[in-house]
Amino acid sequence: MRRLVNQRPGRVGLLILGMMPFVLLMTAYLVYSNARLAANPGDKLLPSPATLAATIHHYAFEEDERSGNVLFWVDTSASLKRILIALGVSALLGVAFGLAIGVIPYVKGTLAPFIAAVSLIPPLAVLPILFIVAGLGELAKVLLIIIGVAPIMVRDLALRTEELPTEQMIKAQTLGASTWLLVIRVVLPQMWPRLIDALRLSLGSAWLFLIASEAIASTEGLGYRIFLVRRYLAMDVILPYVAWITVLAFAMDASLRVVRIKGFPWAEPGR
Amino acid sequence: MTQITVKRLWKEYDDQVVLENVNLHIGDHEFVTIVGASGCGKTTFLRMLLGVETPSRGEFLIDGQPLPREPGPDRGIVFQRYSLFPHLTVLDNLLLGLELRGSRVLGRLLGARRREAIAKADRLLDAVGLNAARNKYPAQLSGGMQQRLSIAQSVIGEPNILLLDEPFGALDPGVTADMHELILKLWNMNKMTIVMVTHDLKESFYLGTRLLVFDKVRIDSQSPDRFGATITYNIPLRGHKSIETSEAAPALNATKDEGQNFANETASS
Repeated sequence: MRRLVNQRPGRVGLLILGMMPFVLLMTAYLVYSNARLAANPGDKLLPSPATLAATIHHYAFEEDERSGNVLFWVDTSASLKRILIALGVSALLGVAFGLAIGVIPYVKGTLAPFIAAVSLIPPLAVLPILFIVAGLGELAKVLLIIIGVAPIMVRDLALRTEELPTEQMIKAQTLGASTWLLVIRVVLPQMWPRLIDALRLSLGSAWLFLIASEAIASTEGLGYRIFLVRRYLAMDVILPYVAWITVLAFAMDASLRVVRIKGFPWAEPGR
Repeated sequence: MTQITVKRLWKEYDDQVVLENVNLHIGDHEFVTIVGASGCGKTTFLRMLLGVETPSRGEFLIDGQPLPREPGPDRGIVFQRYSLFPHLTVLDNLLLGLELRGSRVLGRLLGARRREAIAKADRLLDAVGLNAARNKYPAQLSGGMQQRLSIAQSVIGEPNILLLDEPFGALDPGVTADMHELILKLWNMNKMTIVMVTHDLKESFYLGTRLLVFDKVRIDSQSPDRFGATITYNIPLRGHKSIETSEAAPALNATKDEGQNFANETASS
C-alpha cells in the first residue's frame, strides 16, 4: 500500500470526485425541500425545483408587468457594467501606479506610504461618504469597488515589479534603455500576466462591494434584486440569483485564466 | 581605443573597508581576469566599473573621462544568471539591444530597419550556435544556451568594454570549454576590452591577457573589516589575441605552466 500522499486519482476518478460535493449538496437540498413541502405546501424556505424553474422563467423570459423590462437581464447588465468598469479602472490604476512605484524610487518614496494607508481603510466604512459626495447614482457604486480593489492592486503590482531581478534592469540599461524604454519594453510586458493574477484574486472582493452598494441604494442590479425580494422570503428568486452571480464570477475567472495561458505562454510555470 | 584607469580607489561600507588603494591601468583590447577569495571585493570592483556602485574615494577613468554614475551602452555586462528577458524569444532578446538604441520612443524597429537588425542578429545567432532555437523562450533553453544568448545580447551593441561577473560559474565543465572558445572569438571579432571576475584560477590563466589577484595585504585579527583588499598580483599573460593562428597552441601550454607556478607560489606563501 503506497502512502496517501503518493496516491493520485485518474482522469475519470478526478471528474467523479470533483462532481461529488455538488451532487451531494443538490441531493441534500432536494431531500430537505421535499420533507418541508410535504409538511407545509406553502413553505418558502426551500422551494421545489418546479417552483424554481417557474420563477426563473418568469424573471428571465417574461416582461415585468409594471416596467415592461425582463428583470433578470436588466439586473445582469446593470451589475456587469458596474463591475467591469470598476475592474477596468482599477486595473489601469494598478498598472500605472504600481509600475511607477516599483520602478522609480522617488515615486515610491512619495506614494507607497500613502497607498499603504489608503488600502487599510475599510471601503464599506466610506460608503456613506460616497453616497453623500457622489450621490446615489452609478458613480458611487463604481467608486466603492474601485476604492476596495485598486489600492491592493497597486500594492501587488508594485511588489511584482520590484521582484523583477535587478540583473534584468541593469542589463537593459547597458543595452541603451532609458527609464521610459525600460518600462515599456522590459517591465510592462512582464506585468500583464501579474495583472491578470491580481484581477482574478480581486474578483471576490469586487463582487462583495458591488452587491453591498446595490443592496443599499439602487434601482436595478443583481444585488438590488436579492435584497428587494428578501422582504418576501422569496427564496425562489434569491437562490437562482446567487447561483447566477457565482456562474458570472466563475466565467470571469476562467476567461482571465485562458487569456493568461494563451496570451503569455512564457509566464506559465514548467515551460 | 578604450583604456581604463583606476586611481587610488577605495570602497567602504560604514565601518567595513572592502577595497583599499587600488591603482590600475588596463589597455585597449585587453582581457583582464580577476580572481580572489570570496568577499575580497572583486565583484564590488566590477559593479563600480558597471556604474551601479560608486567609489568612496578615488576614481575610474575611461579614456581619460570620468566613469558615468549609472550603467550605459558603452559597458556591456554578462551576469551569472537572471539577465535574460523571459517574455522575449531568443531572437527578440537579441533584437532588444538594437531596438532600444534605434528607437527612443517606441523601442521597436519597423520595416527595413527591422529587417536590417534581424540580419545582424542572425549572424550573431549563427556565431553562438542558437539559430535553431531562435523562436524559443529563455525558460525553454538549457543553462549553457541561456548564457550563450546572454553573451550575444551583451555584444550585439558592440560595447567598448564587456564586463563578465562569474559568467560560467553555474555551467557544467564541458559546456564551460565551449563558452571559453565563444568568448575568445567574440573578443577578437569586436576588439573590446574585457574585465572578467571568476573563481576558477585555470580559467583566469587560460582566457586572460592579464590576471589580477585581489587580496588583503594587512589583516587585523581583532577587527577583520578594518582593512580592505587591493591588487596583490598583476600578472601579464600571453592570452589569445591571435587565436586563429598556429601560435595559439604553444601559448596555451605556456599559460598553463605559469598557472602551475602561480598555484605553487600561493600555496607556499
